[in-house]
Amino acid sequence: MKAHQPSTINQQPKYLKLSGLEPLIITPESNFINVGERTNVAGSKKFLRLIKERNFEEALSVAREQVENGAQIIDINMDDGLIDGKEAMVKFLNLVIAEPDISRVPIMIDSSKWEIIEAGLQVVQGKCVVNSISLKEGEAEFIHHAKLIKRYGAAVIVMAFDEMGQADNYQRRIEIAKRSYDILVNQVKFAPEDIIFDLNIFPVATGMDEHRKNAIDFIEATRWVRENLPHVSVSGGVSNVSFSFRGNDSVREAMHSVFLYHAIQAGMNMGIVNPAMLEIYDDIPKDLLEHVEDVMFDRRDDATERLLDFAETVVGKSKESKIDLSWREEPLQSRITRALVKGIDEFILADIEEARQKANKPIEVIEGNLMVGMNVVGDLFGSGKMFLPQVVKSARVMKKAVAYLLPYIEEEKLKNPQIGDSKNAGKVLMATVKGDVHDIGKNIVGVVLACNNYEIIDLGVMVPPEKIIAVAKEENVDAIGLSGLITPSLDEMVFLAKEMQRQNFKVPLLIGGATTSKAHTAVKIDPQYKCAVVHINDASRAVTVVGDLLKKETSVLYKENLKSDYDTFRKDFLKRQRVKTYLSLSEARRNKFQIDWNTSEIVKPNQLGVQVIKDFDLNLLVDYIDWTPFFRSWELHGRYPDILKDKIVGEQASELFVDAQKMLQKIISEKLLEARAVFGIFKANTVNDDDILIQIPNPKSQTPNSKNDCQSELVEDPNSVFRTLRQQSKKAEGKPNIALADFIAPKETGKQDYLGCFCVSTGFGTQELASKFEKEHDDYNSIMVKALADRLAEAFAEYLHKKARTDYWGYASEEKLSNEDLISEKYKGIRPAPGYPACPDHLEKLTIWEILKVKKNIGVELTESLAMWPAASVSGYYFANPEARYFGLGKIKEDQIEDFAKRKNMNLEEATKWLKPNLAD
Amino acid sequence: MNTIQKSLKERILILDGAMGTMLQRYKFSEEDFRGERFKDFHKSVKGNNDLLSITQPQAIAEIHSKYFAAGADIVETNTFSSTTIAMADYDMQDLVYELNFESAKIAKKVAEEFTKKEPSKPRFVAGAMGPTNKTASMSPDVNDPGFRAISFEELRVAYRQQAEALIDGGVDLLLVETIFDTLNAKAALFAIDEIKEERNLDIPIMISGTITDASGRTLSGQTAEAFLISISHIPLLSVGFNCALGAKQLTPHLEVIANRTNLAVSAYPNAGLPNAFGEYDESPEQMASQIREYLDKQLVNIIGGCCGTTPEHIKAIAKIASQYKPRPFFQTENISI
Repeated sequence: MKAHQPSTINQQPKYLKLSGLEPLIITPESNFINVGERTNVAGSKKFLRLIKERNFEEALSVAREQVENGAQIIDINMDDGLIDGKEAMVKFLNLVIAEPDISRVPIMIDSSKWEIIEAGLQVVQGKCVVNSISLKEGEAEFIHHAKLIKRYGAAVIVMAFDEMGQADNYQRRIEIAKRSYDILVNQVKFAPEDIIFDLNIFPVATGMDEHRKNAIDFIEATRWVRENLPHVSVSGGVSNVSFSFRGNDSVREAMHSVFLYHAIQAGMNMGIVNPAMLEIYDDIPKDLLEHVEDVMFDRRDDATERLLDFAETVVGKSKESKIDLSWREEPLQSRITRALVKGIDEFILADIEEARQKANKPIEVIEGNLMVGMNVVGDLFGSGKMFLPQVVKSARVMKKAVAYLLPYIEEEKLKNPQIGDSKNAGKVLMATVKGDVHDIGKNIVGVVLACNNYEIIDLGVMVPPEKIIAVAKEENVDAIGLSGLITPSLDEMVFLAKEMQRQNFKVPLLIGGATTSKAHTAVKIDPQYKCAVVHINDASRAVTVVGDLLKKETSVLYKENLKSDYDTFRKDFLKRQRVKTYLSLSEARRNKFQIDWNTSEIVKPNQLGVQVIKDFDLNLLVDYIDWTPFFRSWELHGRYPDILKDKIVGEQASELFVDAQKMLQKIISEKLLEARAVFGIFKANTVNDDDILIQIPNPKSQTPNSKNDCQSELVEDPNSVFRTLRQQSKKAEGKPNIALADFIAPKETGKQDYLGCFCVSTGFGTQELASKFEKEHDDYNSIMVKALADRLAEAFAEYLHKKARTDYWGYASEEKLSNEDLISEKYKGIRPAPGYPACPDHLEKLTIWEILKVKKNIGVELTESLAMWPAASVSGYYFANPEARYFGLGKIKEDQIEDFAKRKNMNLEEATKWLKPNLAD
Repeated sequence: MNTIQKSLKERILILDGAMGTMLQRYKFSEEDFRGERFKDFHKSVKGNNDLLSITQPQAIAEIHSKYFAAGADIVETNTFSSTTIAMADYDMQDLVYELNFESAKIAKKVAEEFTKKEPSKPRFVAGAMGPTNKTASMSPDVNDPGFRAISFEELRVAYRQQAEALIDGGVDLLLVETIFDTLNAKAALFAIDEIKEERNLDIPIMISGTITDASGRTLSGQTAEAFLISISHIPLLSVGFNCALGAKQLTPHLEVIANRTNLAVSAYPNAGLPNAFGEYDESPEQMASQIREYLDKQLVNIIGGCCGTTPEHIKAIAKIASQYKPRPFFQTENISI
């Protein structure tokens, strides 16, 4: 045998090793690993737009640019409500893989949905990072996912999150990290070097005591994790830490550097950092460094105040804002611009007065100083550097300034009558159509347009078509914007378009609101009106669209293009319509949802009859609020609470959230809104397939709030029948055609079943409060109040449903669900609402109103389109059967409408009018 | 008990050479391929070498015998294309279980005979799992780079079927080989890991990638090291390369992985690069002298041959390898067979 030195190969150390086409090995000597996050729809507006437009070519260039700029891993996220995330993830990854200059780096597959993560793992050959898993949903799911991730061969980010929520102090962070680590390493046999902890970076210097230790807790937890949990990595999104200093880049950059400097020393070895927002640690001036470190390490009680004061003096030394030398000493225009951009109304009147004295005529202040500032706002908003809540704050400053100037302008007019009104960009009439009360979106569009120098004539809600037409003529408006949320509003809009055509209008018609769509606009509204009709789904688009419509240079061409675009869209849409097959109503009934009533458990309610709650304590609702839709109403997209840490909108969302909390506290402590509810649980059985017969206790013998089952004589009232609608589209083999009636025992079974219905409202006081803010030119808070009232109403509905399940009805008395479980509808039984997918017919609200005496009991009214007033109200049914589930009715055929009309004893024309949005063409 | 781990610690193990090259010597006709059983089959089956395990089992057994006699410790089953995906070319998807099961049985029988004769040198059977003829991370259509002809899930199912039949047929280990797309191999590993868990079975796995050209990358674009990282999540017996290159060209890539893994390392290169007629003509002595470099550099634990290699090549390689101590490596888990 040949002689060999005794082997001295060292065992390979346990490093985090990842791969794209090329390897990425993270050793103790590695520099901080920077993760690129521009390919994240939640973080990049541009990327979201590109994916929505299916412009994958351009989306690829976003990924390429990141890699070229030095990202060592790219994070890809497709979590957006309007995107088929799984499809988009797979499609985009397949394209990325085909580009060697991108796919050379490892990929971080980022989603809150497991199915998207798994789909991503199935198309990438390299070793990825999964972002993320946590103990949030419990150990079983955590282990299941970790096992699969291991089998797919990926590393994993573990969030410091457990069944109790997100870790926000040192102890919770290390406890969750330790527990996660032990499960992964000991039970799942997950390689410890493939574990990356995200220990939650939260802001400091927010002014709140509980945030003072946010940085130091993170850093110390990082140190603990790296010392005690061998081989793991620690990651995080750095910019969160400094969000309270938004607008002051010098301080933020210093804060990021100080934070990173210490976090990296403690063992944070990867994360998301914007390289442009980083100062070199050694270049931070000693005094600033000291103040920042005081805050980071919570070294003094007044650290935040001292840094705030000091921050004022460092503004201007920043690379970005050299012109801005301590802004109050800036030239007048800069001060006005800054006040508008930052939404600071503190000094605006003084500055405007100074401007007025300098100007020849007061109107010049609006056309000059203020417009210069608002143009900056418009540009920043347009380029995604400002977000909606900021713009609405800017508008607040603008309105205050204009209000201050108006008396001077009037005075000037009297002196020089030949001078006309200010030259605005155009007059836009806005209205929520007849029968509809929802106006948050409309108000936002109005504010944004006003910011861009349009004069807005807002007619408010429930505006009859005659009034819209009359005001439009009288004011000689340049465009009309219609808004609506409930389905009957769609027909109102069609009617208005027809009417405008009949009266030979020539101004463009803008359509917006939750139920509207480009499809409905193109197919139903556009053909009715010869001039331009355009559907606008978000406020940021409104400015460009209205601009193109009204500007002389672009108007004619743009209108022509719009017409032909909608024409093409309409033709394509109609062509694309899949020919769906429908069953006849009797066939559909034969294929109903089957429940075995012999075995199905029917729980007798603890309490039958109608109950009323007034002046309910709003405090009890706070925990039930689903915040995600709140942010959506401000056009900030992302799931709460993740949105607060979001890389792009996180700051803005956090700021908005703080404002919302303040307003909420004010509303609660000053009792500015009143919550009322009425609900009832009744004996019920299904009759004739689709009808639910309700037994109303005889009013004479009913004792209010009686705990006893009412055994008295029951009268059969013709109003006490709910008419449900049945799915008619042909289903796959074995899938039923459902109607809500299927969830209630048919009379012929001989089983006594039950049904509940309810109406809650937290809208009393909203209008008054919102008007008060509007009078103060404060649209921001006016919209805030309405958005919060809506959330409270939904929270009340959630709360009351829970009480019904666990108490009043009591069929799920053992239930223990978190608010998140409630939001994801994990409870037993359902509470469908008329006007929503399972029962899109609004007519049944009339039955609910009759049975519960809603108007009399709590004062919530129905408009002629059957919208509820006040708007912040929710009504619906309670179905308790464990097999009851949410479904969408889909389209129905004429035979069902005829049958429905007969059952309701209503003429066919009337029934068709109400059910038209659901009628298959 | 004779385990492959024990043998690996003791000596450099020899893998067999090419199956196809040896089968060519039999000059089987279409009728021979069909045998009695498939004489009326609706499609031509000539060239479906894996089918010979059913129609000409004695030839397959004979080739295995020749390699064992030449000094091989491990032979590969005749199942390179025995997946539903690759068999679709011959409309023989239904035969997949039988092909794998029979091939495993044939090889195992020969191995047992040799082990019995020479107990100090136990012989092993590796269930060969080829790459299939489709790629999961590349598009076959240059105009549509996002298109994929096969999904992970389809591969997982196909590999699972193959691996289960090989295990049922008695193989000692599984060899996922000639990997030109790492994602295909990950699907195979996923399937094997599922089986291991379900059957509570710790069957050793060898992995062998293919570096296609001088760029030093797999066909799907990964460097040798990236490939190594991408398949290291499942406990493996060995990792290495085979095919496409001759022993000489493979050296730098073997160095990359040998220096970066705790696992045993395998190599079974072709008999040189193909000549102008597409034939592999490196002689046993030429190839063996290249292999000597691997051994001097302590690059490998398992060595054999791929395209163009014959029992003569294996004999020459085995002779040289017997003069060296095995490359030291770390066993990640206790695996016993």
